[in-house]
Amino acid sequence: MNSEQVIEVRGLTKKFGSLIAVNNLDLNVYRGDVFGFLGPNGAGKSTTIRMLLSLIKPTSGEMKIFGKSITKNRKEIFSKIGAIVEKPDFYLYLSAYKNLEILGKLSGADTSKKKIMDMLALVGLEKRYKSKVKTYSHGMKQRLGLAQALLHDPELIILDEPTTGLDPQGMKEIRDLIIYLSREKGKTIFLSSHILHEVELIATRMIIISKGTAQVEGTVEELLKSEKVVVTFEVDKIEDAIRTVNESKWKENFKSTSKSEINFELTKNEIAMLNKYLIEKGILVSAVVPVRSLEDYFLRITEGGAK
Amino acid sequence: MITLIWLELQKMFRKWRTYIGFIAIGFLAILVQVVLYFAGTKMIDFQMRGMEQSFVMVGNLFNGYFIARFILMALIINIPFLIVLVGGDLLAGEATAGTYRMLLTRPVSRLQVVTAKFIAGWISVLLLLVWLLLLSLVVSLLLFGSGPLLSFQGMRLIIFAENDILWRFLCAYLFAFISMSTVISISIFFSSFVQNAIGPIAATMAVLIIFLILSAIPVDFFQTIKPYLFTNHMSQWDGFFGDPVDYKEIFHSMWYLLAHIIVIYGITTYIFIKKDILS
Repeated sequence: MNSEQVIEVRGLTKKFGSLIAVNNLDLNVYRGDVFGFLGPNGAGKSTTIRMLLSLIKPTSGEMKIFGKSITKNRKEIFSKIGAIVEKPDFYLYLSAYKNLEILGKLSGADTSKKKIMDMLALVGLEKRYKSKVKTYSHGMKQRLGLAQALLHDPELIILDEPTTGLDPQGMKEIRDLIIYLSREKGKTIFLSSHILHEVELIATRMIIISKGTAQVEGTVEELLKSEKVVVTFEVDKIEDAIRTVNESKWKENFKSTSKSEINFELTKNEIAMLNKYLIEKGILVSAVVPVRSLEDYFLRITEGGAK
Repeated sequence: MITLIWLELQKMFRKWRTYIGFIAIGFLAILVQVVLYFAGTKMIDFQMRGMEQSFVMVGNLFNGYFIARFILMALIINIPFLIVLVGGDLLAGEATAGTYRMLLTRPVSRLQVVTAKFIAGWISVLLLLVWLLLLSLVVSLLLFGSGPLLSFQGMRLIIFAENDILWRFLCAYLFAFISMSTVISISIFFSSFVQNAIGPIAATMAVLIIFLILSAIPVDFFQTIKPYLFTNHMSQWDGFFGDPVDYKEIFHSMWYLLAHIIVIYGITTYIFIKKDILS
């Protein structure tokens, strides 16, 4: 992990009257991170992003991006940030090309026709560049949103729920693009999402917030490796398998059984170890299926479970 | 800053509503010219009745200058209702479309954004007035020819020589630009509060109508406050067609309107900089 902090947030709080949207939040995003910012709807994710992008003013707290205060170095910092805040909205009466030209010029980007067309090609919109954005589907607007966020080649990309409303293929394309930007282009990515699976697939570090308060923060691997998941093992000899388990330390992990399946509560590392153990004992394992999804972990955390 | 203003103008002039004012003025100016072309001499004969026994009128009195002033007087009171269509949408339109989020996460300050909006609004007013000037003065001179300008001021008839007219029109239009800039500034001010352009358009029209009604009520109290209402100063453009021109009165009104513009711009900027963007 690179130790250079790109985003540093301390004690960030936002109150709307008596409602506390974000409460004393600390955040650390390092250069090269794909940082997952997780939380259920209404957790304060968008409010936090809006504060990071100076769209709303915090009630209290300190925010630094690239080591500098946002309020004092806004122009310098924002020239190095590309962002999508909630759903990407554009000037609907203008073409995709014109929208990118206008937003690119405001960001000081190269707005030559080649550059804009290259960016539209990257997000698969080059054939519709002349069409007015009002004729675009939600998915196309999302992709155009990515294009406007990337046009000026920013160092930090802030994406607020970038796959919302996309079909599975569209979600995969966006995820692949994020991975490409991170691994090939070295961008730092701040990804807000309420889908743990999405964050697990692409993020290196994450924080989970609920009701405006941070619940857990760390690398995705660290946070999930100790988390126990219910896993079903499909085996050929169920009775032998049960006996073998009962005679071993895995007895403690046993949960239930059915016709040809045994359910265990295991950590990620333990799944492979148990699989190896059963095979060594001559029991053929035909499938290992996680039953309790990672969403359960997410729900437990966000519903006030243990840290 | 120039880029920002240019981008604002591009956005503005790619919207259909921006052309409503140009189309309305074009239609009305041409309609008035066509009607006057066929029936205008009767009108001027009617206005000159009673004077023909005392004076001998020579030359082309029903000329382009006379028509241009007639059109200016007829249309100038309606222009505020056309320009608020643009001004009311300048900030509220971004909120409606959700594009504030795109616009304000760029490396430009809010001060620059709101200043560019105001300047673009003032430029749109200027272009609308230039359009009116072209249609009313240039086209009228081409259609009706040149000549001295008859100007009726109450019971007085003033005749300006042909070489003493053009500067009066230019100054009148310049003053009208300041008047109309005040109106569009008010609509931008209202536009900074809301997320829909209808509100600021209606609010600006309401302010204009209320102030005009207050000015017209012949009650001491209203007549006392009348000099403080900006609407009372907006018609001073006509002072350039007086003889002698009352520059003191004109400059007083001009500074009054400019002060309004500066204060409105200042308040709007303050509100906009402090505003939380929740749209």
